Amino acid sequence: MTYATEPHVSPTATAAPTDGHVLVEVDHLTVTFGRQMVLRDISIQIRRGETVAILGESGCGKTVFLKTLVALQRPTRGKVLFDGQDLFRLSAAELARERTRMGFVFQNAALFDSMTIGENIAFPLRQHRQLSEDEIQAIVRARVAEVGLPLSVLRKKPGEISGGMRKRVGLARALALEPELMLYDEPTTGLDPIMSDVINELILRTRRQHPVTSIIVTHDMRTATKVCDRIVMLYPLARLKPGESQILYDGPAAEIEKASDRRVIQFVRGEAGERLMEMAREENNHAQSAEESVHG
Amino acid sequence: MSTASLRSPNGLPGVPGGMLNNFAQWVADVGARTMDWIVGLGSISLFFARTLRWLVIRRPRRETIIWNFYQIGVLSLPVVALTGTFVGMVLAVQSYAQFKMLNLETRLGAVINMSLVRELGPVLAATMLAGRVGSAMAAELGTMRVTEQIDALAVMGADPIHYLVVPRFLACLVLIPALTLVADFMGVVGGYYYSVYLLHIDAYYYLQNSANYVGWFDLFSGTAKTLFFGGAIAVIGCHHGFHCDPGAEGVGRAATYAFVHSFVTILLLDLLLGIGFDALYNVLFPQGPRLI
Repeated sequence: MTYATEPHVSPTATAAPTDGHVLVEVDHLTVTFGRQMVLRDISIQIRRGETVAILGESGCGKTVFLKTLVALQRPTRGKVLFDGQDLFRLSAAELARERTRMGFVFQNAALFDSMTIGENIAFPLRQHRQLSEDEIQAIVRARVAEVGLPLSVLRKKPGEISGGMRKRVGLARALALEPELMLYDEPTTGLDPIMSDVINELILRTRRQHPVTSIIVTHDMRTATKVCDRIVMLYPLARLKPGESQILYDGPAAEIEKASDRRVIQFVRGEAGERLMEMAREENNHAQSAEESVHG
Repeated sequence: MSTASLRSPNGLPGVPGGMLNNFAQWVADVGARTMDWIVGLGSISLFFARTLRWLVIRRPRRETIIWNFYQIGVLSLPVVALTGTFVGMVLAVQSYAQFKMLNLETRLGAVINMSLVRELGPVLAATMLAGRVGSAMAAELGTMRVTEQIDALAVMGADPIHYLVVPRFLACLVLIPALTLVADFMGVVGGYYYSVYLLHIDAYYYLQNSANYVGWFDLFSGTAKTLFFGGAIAVIGCHHGFHCDPGAEGVGRAATYAFVHSFVTILLLDLLLGIGFDALYNVLFPQGPRLI
Protein backbone atom coordinates (compact mmCIF):
# COMPACT_ATOMS: atom_id res chain seq x y z
CA MET A 1 0.00 0.00 0.00
CA THR A 2 1.33 3.40 -0.86
CA TYR A 3 0.52 6.63 0.87
CA ALA A 4 0.60 10.16 -0.33
CA THR A 5 3.92 11.53 0.83
CA GLU A 6 3.68 15.00 -0.62
CA PRO A 7 3.50 17.54 2.19
CA HIS A 8 1.01 20.38 2.20
CA VAL A 9 3.77 22.83 1.35
CA SER A 10 6.26 21.64 -1.25
CA PRO A 11 9.98 21.96 -0.56
CA THR A 12 11.46 25.15 -1.85
CA ALA A 13 14.98 26.41 -2.16
CA THR A 14 16.52 27.05 1.25
CA ALA A 15 18.84 29.77 2.39
CA ALA A 16 21.64 27.33 3.25
CA PRO A 17 24.89 27.34 1.28
CA THR A 18 24.25 23.94 -0.27
CA ASP A 19 26.08 22.45 -3.22
CA GLY A 20 22.98 20.57 -4.33
CA HIS A 21 24.56 17.21 -3.42
CA VAL A 22 22.14 14.99 -1.49
CA LEU A 23 23.90 13.84 1.68
CA VAL A 24 20.99 12.04 3.35
CA GLU A 25 18.20 10.37 1.45
CA VAL A 26 15.28 8.73 3.21
CA ASP A 27 13.24 6.66 0.81
CA HIS A 28 9.77 5.37 1.78
CA LEU A 29 10.87 4.73 5.37
CA THR A 30 8.52 2.75 7.59
CA VAL A 31 9.34 1.73 11.16
CA THR A 32 7.16 -0.48 13.33
CA PHE A 33 7.62 -1.81 16.88
CA GLY A 34 5.66 -5.03 17.17
CA ARG A 35 2.21 -4.08 15.91
CA GLN A 36 2.70 -0.36 16.46
CA MET A 37 3.71 1.66 13.43
CA VAL A 38 5.67 4.79 14.33
CA LEU A 39 6.85 6.05 10.95
CA ARG A 40 5.00 5.42 7.69
CA ASP A 41 6.36 5.91 4.21
CA ILE A 42 8.59 8.91 4.94
CA SER A 43 10.63 10.24 2.02
CA ILE A 44 13.02 13.17 2.52
CA GLN A 45 16.20 14.37 0.85
CA ILE A 46 18.68 16.51 2.77
CA ARG A 47 21.32 18.35 0.79
CA ARG A 48 24.87 18.99 1.95
CA GLY A 49 25.07 22.20 3.99
CA GLU A 50 21.39 22.32 4.93
CA THR A 51 20.18 22.71 8.52
CA VAL A 52 16.87 20.89 8.84
CA ALA A 53 14.53 20.75 11.82
CA ILE A 54 12.43 17.64 12.28
CA LEU A 55 9.54 19.12 14.19
CA GLY A 56 6.56 17.51 15.81
CA GLU A 57 4.75 16.75 19.03
CA SER A 58 5.83 14.01 21.43
CA GLY A 59 5.25 10.51 20.10
CA CYS A 60 5.32 11.38 16.41
CA GLY A 61 8.52 9.35 15.85
CA LYS A 62 11.12 12.15 15.59
CA THR A 63 13.78 10.41 17.67
CA VAL A 64 13.14 7.06 15.95
CA PHE A 65 13.63 8.88 12.63
CA LEU A 66 16.95 10.33 13.83
CA LYS A 67 18.17 6.96 15.15
CA THR A 68 17.31 5.35 11.82
CA LEU A 69 19.60 7.83 10.06
CA VAL A 70 22.63 6.57 12.04
CA ALA A 71 21.59 2.91 11.78
CA LEU A 72 20.72 2.59 15.46
CA GLN A 73 17.19 1.61 14.44
CA ARG A 74 16.54 -0.74 11.54
CA PRO A 75 13.75 0.29 9.14
CA THR A 76 10.87 -2.13 8.71
CA ARG A 77 10.57 -0.99 5.08
CA GLY A 78 12.34 1.56 2.93
CA LYS A 79 15.93 2.77 2.73
CA VAL A 80 18.19 5.31 4.40
CA LEU A 81 21.13 6.41 2.28
CA PHE A 82 24.08 8.39 3.64
CA ASP A 83 26.15 9.86 0.84
CA GLY A 84 24.60 7.30 -1.50
CA GLN A 85 25.33 4.29 0.76
CA ASP A 86 22.73 2.14 2.48
CA LEU A 87 24.11 1.96 6.04
CA PHE A 88 22.30 -1.29 6.75
CA ARG A 89 24.15 -3.08 3.95
CA LEU A 90 27.64 -2.18 5.24
CA SER A 91 29.89 -4.46 7.26
CA ALA A 92 30.53 -3.59 10.92
CA ALA A 93 33.91 -2.03 10.06
CA GLU A 94 32.48 -0.01 7.14
CA LEU A 95 29.57 1.19 9.28
CA ALA A 96 31.98 2.26 12.04
CA ARG A 97 34.00 4.21 9.45
CA GLU A 98 30.90 5.94 8.05
CA ARG A 99 29.75 6.82 11.56
CA THR A 100 32.96 8.77 12.11
CA ARG A 101 31.57 11.17 9.49
CA MET A 102 28.58 11.83 11.77
CA GLY A 103 28.25 13.53 15.15
CA PHE A 104 25.27 12.78 17.39
CA VAL A 105 24.22 15.03 20.27
CA PHE A 106 21.92 13.02 22.53
CA GLN A 107 18.93 14.41 24.38
CA ASN A 108 20.57 13.93 27.79
CA ALA A 109 24.12 14.14 26.39
CA ALA A 110 24.77 10.39 27.04
CA LEU A 111 28.23 11.10 28.48
CA PHE A 112 30.10 8.10 29.85
CA ASP A 113 29.72 8.22 33.65
CA SER A 114 32.92 6.32 34.31
CA MET A 115 35.07 8.85 32.40
CA THR A 116 36.01 12.45 33.02
CA ILE A 117 34.78 15.17 30.66
CA GLY A 118 38.22 15.25 29.03
CA GLU A 119 38.17 11.48 28.47
CA ASN A 120 34.65 11.71 27.06
CA ILE A 121 35.69 14.26 24.43
CA ALA A 122 38.90 12.38 23.67
CA PHE A 123 37.06 9.06 23.28
CA PRO A 124 36.30 9.22 19.52
CA LEU A 125 39.82 10.51 18.84
CA ARG A 126 41.42 7.62 20.73
CA GLN A 127 39.07 5.21 19.01
CA HIS A 128 39.67 6.32 15.42
CA ARG A 129 42.73 8.54 15.06
CA GLN A 130 46.36 7.59 15.51
CA LEU A 131 47.33 10.76 17.40
CA SER A 132 49.82 11.46 20.14
CA GLU A 133 48.47 12.30 23.60
CA ASP A 134 49.55 15.94 23.14
CA GLU A 135 47.61 16.22 19.89
CA ILE A 136 44.53 14.65 21.49
CA GLN A 137 44.71 17.08 24.43
CA ALA A 138 45.07 20.03 22.06
CA ILE A 139 41.94 19.02 20.14
CA VAL A 140 40.02 18.41 23.40
CA ARG A 141 40.96 21.88 24.70
CA ALA A 142 39.97 23.47 21.38
CA ARG A 143 36.56 21.78 21.41
CA VAL A 144 35.90 22.74 25.03
CA ALA A 145 36.78 26.35 24.25
CA GLU A 146 34.53 26.23 21.18
CA VAL A 147 31.48 25.36 23.30
CA GLY A 148 32.39 28.06 25.83
CA LEU A 149 33.37 25.89 28.79
CA PRO A 150 36.35 26.50 31.11
CA LEU A 151 39.27 24.08 30.92
CA SER A 152 38.75 23.22 34.60
CA VAL A 153 35.72 21.18 33.54
CA LEU A 154 37.96 18.61 31.83
CA ARG A 155 38.83 16.80 35.06
CA LYS A 156 35.26 16.60 36.32
CA LYS A 157 32.91 13.65 35.95
CA PRO A 158 29.57 14.10 34.10
CA GLY A 159 27.67 13.87 37.40
CA GLU A 160 29.47 16.96 38.74
CA ILE A 161 28.30 19.43 36.09
CA SER A 162 24.91 20.98 35.22
CA GLY A 163 22.52 19.79 32.49
CA GLY A 164 23.38 22.72 30.21
CA MET A 165 27.11 22.04 30.59
CA ARG A 166 26.56 18.36 29.85
CA LYS A 167 24.78 19.25 26.59
CA ARG A 168 27.71 21.47 25.62
CA VAL A 169 30.17 18.68 26.42
CA GLY A 170 27.99 16.36 24.30
CA LEU A 171 28.31 18.87 21.45
CA ALA A 172 32.09 19.12 21.94
CA ARG A 173 32.39 15.30 21.86
CA ALA A 174 30.25 15.08 18.72
CA LEU A 175 32.48 17.68 17.04
CA ALA A 176 35.73 15.96 18.01
CA LEU A 177 36.14 14.13 14.70
CA GLU A 178 34.93 17.14 12.65
CA PRO A 179 31.92 15.31 11.20
CA GLU A 180 30.12 16.17 7.97
CA LEU A 181 26.68 15.48 9.42
CA MET A 182 25.54 16.66 12.86
CA LEU A 183 22.43 15.17 14.41
CA TYR A 184 20.84 16.80 17.43
CA ASP A 185 18.17 15.03 19.49
CA GLU A 186 16.09 17.63 21.37
CA PRO A 187 19.11 19.87 22.06
CA THR A 188 17.21 22.39 24.21
CA THR A 189 14.77 20.13 26.06
CA GLY A 190 14.96 20.52 29.83
CA LEU A 191 17.03 23.70 29.73
CA ASP A 192 16.11 27.19 30.91
CA PRO A 193 15.42 29.80 28.19
CA ILE A 194 18.86 31.39 28.53
CA MET A 195 20.71 28.09 28.27
CA SER A 196 18.42 27.07 25.39
CA ASP A 197 19.49 30.19 23.53
CA VAL A 198 23.15 29.46 24.32
CA ILE A 199 22.73 26.02 22.73
CA ASN A 200 20.98 27.58 19.70
CA GLU A 201 23.86 30.02 19.29
CA LEU A 202 26.37 27.17 19.59
CA ILE A 203 24.59 25.25 16.84
CA LEU A 204 24.71 28.37 14.65
CA ARG A 205 28.38 28.92 15.48
CA THR A 206 29.16 25.28 14.68
CA ARG A 207 27.49 25.77 11.33
CA ARG A 208 29.56 28.87 10.63
CA GLN A 209 32.88 27.34 11.71
CA HIS A 210 32.49 23.85 10.22
CA PRO A 211 31.05 22.86 6.83
CA VAL A 212 28.38 20.65 8.37
CA THR A 213 24.93 19.47 7.43
CA SER A 214 22.67 19.46 10.48
CA ILE A 215 19.46 17.64 11.37
CA ILE A 216 17.81 18.85 14.55
CA VAL A 217 14.95 16.94 16.15
CA THR A 218 13.00 19.31 18.34
CA HIS A 219 9.59 20.47 19.46
CA ASP A 220 10.98 23.88 20.33
CA MET A 221 9.70 26.37 17.73
CA ARG A 222 12.32 28.92 18.72
CA THR A 223 15.17 26.51 17.92
CA ALA A 224 13.53 25.46 14.66
CA THR A 225 13.01 29.00 13.37
CA LYS A 226 16.23 30.53 14.69
CA VAL A 227 18.69 27.82 13.69
CA CYS A 228 17.21 25.98 10.72
CA ASP A 229 16.76 26.77 7.03
CA ARG A 230 14.13 24.14 6.53
CA ILE A 231 11.48 22.51 8.68
CA VAL A 232 9.96 19.07 8.22
CA MET A 233 6.95 18.60 10.48
CA LEU A 234 5.85 15.07 11.37
CA TYR A 235 2.47 14.19 12.84
CA PRO A 236 1.58 11.17 15.05
CA LEU A 237 0.20 8.35 12.92
CA ALA A 238 -2.64 7.65 15.34
CA ARG A 239 -4.15 11.07 14.56
CA LEU A 240 -3.86 10.86 10.80
CA LYS A 241 -6.62 9.86 8.43
CA PRO A 242 -5.93 6.71 6.37
CA GLY A 243 -3.71 7.48 3.40
CA GLU A 244 -2.68 10.89 4.71
CA SER A 245 1.02 11.84 4.62
CA GLN A 246 2.84 11.85 7.98
CA ILE A 247 4.76 14.92 6.85
CA LEU A 248 2.47 17.90 7.37
CA TYR A 249 4.98 20.53 6.33
CA ASP A 250 8.28 20.50 4.47
CA GLY A 251 9.57 23.91 3.53
CA PRO A 252 11.50 27.01 4.56
CA ALA A 253 11.58 27.71 8.30
CA ALA A 254 10.63 31.35 7.71
CA GLU A 255 7.40 30.39 5.99
CA ILE A 256 5.99 27.84 8.40
CA GLU A 257 3.48 30.33 9.79
CA LYS A 258 1.99 30.63 6.30
CA ALA A 259 1.34 26.87 6.11
CA SER A 260 -2.11 25.97 4.83
CA ASP A 261 -2.59 23.05 7.26
CA ARG A 262 -4.45 24.07 10.43
CA ARG A 263 -2.53 21.47 12.52
CA VAL A 264 0.80 23.05 11.58
CA ILE A 265 -0.42 26.50 12.62
CA GLN A 266 -1.79 25.10 15.89
CA PHE A 267 1.60 23.54 16.66
CA VAL A 268 3.49 26.74 15.76
CA ARG A 269 1.23 28.80 18.03
CA GLY A 270 1.15 26.15 20.79
CA GLU A 271 -2.67 25.88 20.78
CA ALA A 272 -4.32 22.77 22.21
CA GLY A 273 -7.24 23.14 19.71
CA GLU A 274 -9.36 20.03 19.30
CA ARG A 275 -7.03 18.14 21.68
CA LEU A 276 -9.14 19.58 24.55
CA MET A 277 -12.31 18.22 22.94
CA GLU A 278 -10.61 14.82 22.52
CA MET A 279 -9.73 14.85 26.22
CA ALA A 280 -13.33 15.70 27.16
CA ARG A 281 -14.58 12.89 24.90
CA GLU A 282 -12.18 10.41 26.54
CA GLU A 283 -13.35 11.52 29.98
CA ASN A 284 -17.00 10.97 28.97
CA ASN A 285 -16.19 7.51 27.62
CA HIS A 286 -14.48 6.55 30.90
CA ALA A 287 -17.40 7.83 32.96
CA GLN A 288 -19.87 5.93 30.78
CA SER A 289 -17.99 2.63 30.99
CA ALA A 290 -17.63 3.04 34.78
CA GLU A 291 -21.42 3.60 35.08
CA GLU A 292 -22.14 0.53 32.93
CA SER A 293 -19.90 -1.68 35.07
CA VAL A 294 -21.67 -0.47 38.26
CA HIS A 295 -25.14 -1.27 36.84
CA GLY A 296 -24.07 -4.68 35.55
CA MET B 1 -28.61 -18.38 35.47
CA SER B 2 -29.78 -18.00 31.89
CA THR B 3 -29.14 -20.66 29.22
CA ALA B 4 -27.09 -18.24 27.21
CA SER B 5 -24.51 -18.02 29.96
CA LEU B 6 -24.05 -21.81 29.84
CA ARG B 7 -23.23 -21.78 26.13
CA SER B 8 -19.72 -21.60 24.76
CA PRO B 9 -18.85 -18.78 22.35
CA ASN B 10 -19.48 -21.30 19.58
CA GLY B 11 -22.89 -21.97 20.97
CA LEU B 12 -22.21 -25.53 22.24
CA PRO B 13 -24.97 -26.38 24.67
CA GLY B 14 -24.04 -27.32 28.23
CA VAL B 15 -20.44 -25.97 28.08
CA PRO B 16 -19.93 -22.84 30.13
CA GLY B 17 -18.44 -20.16 27.88
CA GLY B 18 -16.34 -18.75 30.76
CA MET B 19 -14.56 -22.06 31.30
CA LEU B 20 -13.69 -22.41 27.62
CA ASN B 21 -12.49 -18.83 27.51
CA ASN B 22 -10.35 -19.38 30.59
CA PHE B 23 -8.83 -22.52 29.07
CA ALA B 24 -8.15 -20.72 25.78
CA GLN B 25 -6.56 -17.86 27.72
CA TRP B 26 -4.39 -20.33 29.67
CA VAL B 27 -3.23 -22.00 26.45
CA ALA B 28 -2.47 -18.58 24.95
CA ASP B 29 -0.49 -17.57 28.08
CA VAL B 30 1.53 -20.80 28.05
CA GLY B 31 2.18 -20.36 24.32
CA ALA B 32 3.27 -16.74 24.78
CA ARG B 33 5.60 -17.69 27.65
CA THR B 34 7.12 -20.53 25.63
CA MET B 35 7.66 -18.20 22.68
CA ASP B 36 9.26 -15.59 24.97
CA TRP B 37 11.54 -18.26 26.39
CA ILE B 38 12.62 -19.47 22.94
CA VAL B 39 13.17 -15.90 21.70
CA GLY B 40 15.20 -15.14 24.86
CA LEU B 41 17.35 -18.23 24.38
CA GLY B 42 17.95 -17.31 20.72
CA SER B 43 18.82 -13.75 21.69
CA ILE B 44 21.36 -14.78 24.34
CA SER B 45 22.89 -17.35 21.95
CA LEU B 46 23.41 -14.68 19.28
CA PHE B 47 24.81 -12.33 21.91
CA PHE B 48 27.29 -15.02 23.00
CA ALA B 49 28.26 -15.71 19.37
CA ARG B 50 28.90 -11.98 18.76
CA THR B 51 31.00 -11.81 21.93
CA LEU B 52 33.12 -14.77 20.78
CA ARG B 53 33.47 -13.25 17.31
CA TRP B 54 34.78 -9.93 18.71
CA LEU B 55 37.03 -11.82 21.12
CA VAL B 56 38.71 -13.47 18.14
CA ILE B 57 38.85 -10.64 15.61
CA ARG B 58 40.07 -7.73 17.73
CA ARG B 59 41.88 -7.50 21.06
CA PRO B 60 40.05 -5.31 23.63
CA ARG B 61 41.64 -2.05 24.71
CA ARG B 62 44.17 -2.34 27.52
CA GLU B 63 42.48 0.17 29.82
CA THR B 64 39.12 -1.63 29.63
CA ILE B 65 40.78 -4.94 30.53
CA ILE B 66 42.67 -3.53 33.51
CA TRP B 67 39.57 -1.76 34.88
CA ASN B 68 37.37 -4.85 34.55
CA PHE B 69 40.00 -7.18 36.00
CA TYR B 70 40.26 -4.88 39.01
CA GLN B 71 36.48 -4.57 39.45
CA ILE B 72 35.78 -8.27 39.05
CA GLY B 73 38.93 -9.81 40.51
CA VAL B 74 40.42 -7.59 43.20
CA LEU B 75 37.15 -6.27 44.62
CA SER B 76 35.60 -9.76 44.80
CA LEU B 77 38.54 -11.22 46.70
CA PRO B 78 37.33 -10.50 50.29
CA VAL B 79 33.83 -11.86 49.79
CA VAL B 80 35.08 -15.01 48.06
CA ALA B 81 37.72 -15.64 50.74
CA LEU B 82 35.11 -15.18 53.46
CA THR B 83 32.70 -17.58 51.74
CA GLY B 84 35.40 -20.25 51.38
CA THR B 85 36.54 -19.96 55.01
CA PHE B 86 33.05 -20.29 56.42
CA VAL B 87 32.08 -23.16 54.12
CA GLY B 88 35.17 -25.09 55.31
CA MET B 89 34.34 -24.47 58.96
CA VAL B 90 30.63 -25.28 58.58
CA LEU B 91 31.48 -28.58 56.85
CA ALA B 92 33.61 -29.50 59.88
CA VAL B 93 30.80 -28.59 62.29
CA GLN B 94 28.14 -30.55 60.36
CA SER B 95 30.17 -33.70 59.67
CA TYR B 96 32.03 -34.12 62.95
CA ALA B 97 29.23 -35.80 64.97
CA GLN B 98 28.57 -38.53 62.37
CA PHE B 99 32.28 -39.31 61.89
CA LYS B 100 32.88 -39.32 65.63
CA MET B 101 30.15 -42.01 66.07
CA LEU B 102 32.10 -44.23 63.64
CA ASN B 103 35.45 -43.29 65.17
CA LEU B 104 36.48 -41.92 61.78
CA GLU B 105 36.95 -38.27 62.76
CA THR B 106 40.48 -38.19 61.34
CA ARG B 107 38.88 -38.78 57.91
CA LEU B 108 37.10 -35.43 58.26
CA GLY B 109 39.88 -33.71 56.33
CA ALA B 110 39.28 -35.93 53.30
CA VAL B 111 35.54 -35.24 53.34
CA ILE B 112 35.85 -31.51 53.87
CA ASN B 113 38.55 -30.98 51.28
CA MET B 114 37.00 -33.28 48.69
CA SER B 115 33.61 -31.53 49.06
CA LEU B 116 35.30 -28.15 48.85
CA VAL B 117 37.45 -28.60 45.79
CA ARG B 118 35.00 -30.68 43.76
CA GLU B 119 31.67 -29.06 44.54
CA LEU B 120 31.07 -26.52 47.26
CA GLY B 121 34.01 -24.22 46.58
CA PRO B 122 33.27 -23.78 42.85
CA VAL B 123 29.47 -23.59 43.18
CA LEU B 124 29.34 -21.30 46.19
CA ALA B 125 32.08 -19.01 44.86
CA ALA B 126 30.27 -18.82 41.50
CA THR B 127 26.98 -18.10 43.26
CA MET B 128 28.57 -15.30 45.28
CA LEU B 129 30.09 -13.88 42.09
CA ALA B 130 26.80 -14.16 40.20
CA GLY B 131 25.35 -11.93 42.93
CA ARG B 132 28.26 -9.53 43.17
CA VAL B 133 29.54 -9.38 39.62
CA GLY B 134 26.65 -10.55 37.40
CA SER B 135 24.04 -8.25 38.98
CA ALA B 136 26.48 -5.32 38.98
CA MET B 137 27.18 -5.84 35.26
CA ALA B 138 23.47 -5.97 34.46
CA ALA B 139 22.77 -2.83 36.52
CA GLU B 140 25.72 -0.90 35.08
CA LEU B 141 25.09 -1.81 31.46
CA GLY B 142 21.34 -1.41 31.98
CA THR B 143 21.89 2.15 33.21
CA MET B 144 24.12 2.75 30.19
CA ARG B 145 21.36 1.44 27.92
CA VAL B 146 18.68 3.59 29.57
CA THR B 147 20.83 6.74 29.46
CA GLU B 148 21.75 6.08 25.79
CA GLN B 149 25.46 5.60 26.57
CA ILE B 150 25.46 2.31 24.64
CA ASP B 151 23.90 4.11 21.64
CA ALA B 152 26.54 6.83 22.03
CA LEU B 153 29.30 4.21 21.80
CA ALA B 154 27.75 2.81 18.62
CA VAL B 155 27.36 6.19 16.87
CA MET B 156 30.99 6.99 17.69
CA GLY B 157 31.99 3.89 15.74
CA ALA B 158 32.89 1.73 18.76
CA ASP B 159 31.11 -1.61 18.84
CA PRO B 160 29.42 -1.87 22.27
CA ILE B 161 29.95 -5.66 22.44
CA HIS B 162 33.66 -5.26 21.74
CA TYR B 163 34.07 -2.32 24.11
CA LEU B 164 31.81 -3.36 27.00
CA VAL B 165 31.17 -7.09 26.88
CA VAL B 166 34.45 -8.65 25.71
CA PRO B 167 36.58 -7.26 28.60
CA ARG B 168 33.97 -8.36 31.16
CA PHE B 169 33.71 -11.80 29.57
CA LEU B 170 37.51 -12.19 29.60
CA ALA B 171 37.75 -11.01 33.21
CA CYS B 172 35.10 -13.51 34.33
CA LEU B 173 36.66 -16.31 32.31
CA VAL B 174 40.12 -15.80 33.80
CA LEU B 175 39.36 -14.55 37.28
CA ILE B 176 36.44 -16.68 38.41
CA PRO B 177 38.57 -19.85 38.30
CA ALA B 178 41.33 -17.93 40.13
CA LEU B 179 38.86 -16.70 42.74
CA THR B 180 37.54 -20.24 43.13
CA LEU B 181 41.06 -21.44 43.93
CA VAL B 182 41.21 -18.75 46.60
CA ALA B 183 37.85 -19.93 47.98
CA ASP B 184 39.09 -23.55 47.97
CA PHE B 185 42.30 -22.60 49.76
CA MET B 186 40.49 -20.56 52.39
CA GLY B 187 37.96 -23.38 52.86
CA VAL B 188 40.77 -25.88 53.41
CA VAL B 189 42.36 -23.52 55.94
CA GLY B 190 39.00 -22.88 57.66
CA GLY B 191 38.19 -26.60 57.85
CA TYR B 192 41.66 -27.43 59.17
CA TYR B 193 41.52 -24.67 61.79
CA TYR B 194 38.10 -25.75 63.11
CA SER B 195 38.90 -29.49 63.05
CA VAL B 196 42.38 -29.32 64.54
CA TYR B 197 42.16 -26.40 66.96
CA LEU B 198 38.52 -26.52 68.05
CA LEU B 199 37.54 -30.18 67.60
CA HIS B 200 41.05 -31.37 68.57
CA ILE B 201 41.44 -33.86 65.70
CA ASP B 202 45.00 -35.08 65.20
CA ALA B 203 46.62 -32.77 62.64
CA TYR B 204 48.90 -35.43 61.16
CA TYR B 205 46.13 -37.92 60.33
CA TYR B 206 43.82 -35.11 59.22
CA LEU B 207 46.36 -33.99 56.61
CA GLN B 208 47.46 -37.49 55.72
CA ASN B 209 43.89 -38.61 54.94
CA SER B 210 43.28 -35.45 52.90
CA ALA B 211 46.41 -36.09 50.86
CA ASN B 212 45.43 -39.72 50.31
CA TYR B 213 41.94 -39.06 49.03
CA VAL B 214 41.97 -35.65 47.34
CA GLY B 215 43.81 -35.81 44.01
CA TRP B 216 44.79 -33.41 41.28
CA PHE B 217 41.86 -34.51 39.17
CA ASP B 218 39.44 -33.34 41.90
CA LEU B 219 41.04 -29.92 41.92
CA PHE B 220 41.11 -29.83 38.12
CA SER B 221 37.45 -30.83 37.65
CA GLY B 222 36.27 -28.35 40.30
CA THR B 223 38.26 -25.47 38.81
CA ALA B 224 37.52 -26.33 35.17
CA LYS B 225 33.79 -26.08 35.89
CA THR B 226 34.24 -22.48 36.97
CA LEU B 227 35.47 -21.53 33.48
CA PHE B 228 31.97 -22.31 32.26
CA PHE B 229 30.36 -20.65 35.30
CA GLY B 230 32.43 -17.49 34.68
CA GLY B 231 31.50 -17.34 31.00
CA ALA B 232 27.82 -17.87 31.83
CA ILE B 233 27.80 -15.16 34.53
CA ALA B 234 29.36 -12.62 32.14
CA VAL B 235 27.14 -13.40 29.15
CA ILE B 236 23.90 -13.50 31.18
CA GLY B 237 24.73 -10.32 33.16
CA CYS B 238 25.75 -8.35 30.06
CA HIS B 239 22.81 -9.62 28.01
CA HIS B 240 20.32 -8.52 30.65
CA GLY B 241 22.01 -5.12 30.84
CA PHE B 242 21.98 -4.65 27.06
CA HIS B 243 18.28 -5.58 26.83
CA CYS B 244 17.17 -3.66 29.89
CA ASP B 245 13.69 -2.04 29.96
CA PRO B 246 13.57 1.74 30.48
CA GLY B 247 13.51 3.30 33.94
CA ALA B 248 14.69 2.40 37.41
CA GLU B 249 12.31 -0.58 37.49
CA GLY B 250 13.83 -1.94 34.27
CA VAL B 251 17.37 -1.69 35.65
CA GLY B 252 16.33 -3.35 38.93
CA ARG B 253 14.61 -6.16 37.04
CA ALA B 254 17.68 -6.68 34.83
CA ALA B 255 19.91 -7.02 37.92
CA THR B 256 17.53 -9.47 39.60
CA TYR B 257 17.07 -11.62 36.49
CA ALA B 258 20.82 -11.59 35.88
CA PHE B 259 21.36 -13.23 39.28
CA VAL B 260 18.44 -15.66 39.08
CA HIS B 261 19.26 -16.84 35.56
CA SER B 262 22.99 -17.09 36.34
CA PHE B 263 22.23 -19.16 39.44
CA VAL B 264 19.96 -21.55 37.57
CA THR B 265 22.54 -21.85 34.78
CA ILE B 266 25.31 -22.56 37.32
CA LEU B 267 23.25 -25.41 38.84
CA LEU B 268 22.43 -26.83 35.42
CA LEU B 269 26.04 -26.60 34.20
CA ASP B 270 27.25 -28.09 37.48
CA LEU B 271 25.11 -31.17 36.94
CA LEU B 272 26.07 -31.60 33.27
CA LEU B 273 29.77 -30.94 33.85
CA GLY B 274 29.73 -33.22 36.92
CA ILE B 275 28.44 -36.05 34.72
CA GLY B 276 31.00 -35.19 32.03
CA PHE B 277 33.99 -35.08 34.38
CA ASP B 278 32.86 -38.30 36.04
CA ALA B 279 32.88 -40.01 32.65
CA LEU B 280 36.31 -38.53 31.91
CA TYR B 281 37.59 -39.81 35.27
CA ASN B 282 36.37 -43.31 34.46
CA VAL B 283 38.22 -43.18 31.15
CA LEU B 284 41.45 -41.83 32.67
CA PHE B 285 41.37 -43.98 35.80
CA PRO B 286 39.56 -47.23 34.91
CA GLN B 287 40.30 -48.72 38.33
CA GLY B 288 37.44 -46.53 39.57
CA PRO B 289 37.11 -43.82 42.20
CA ARG B 290 38.76 -44.29 45.54
CA LEU B 291 36.26 -44.87 48.31
CA ILE B 292 36.64 -43.19 51.66
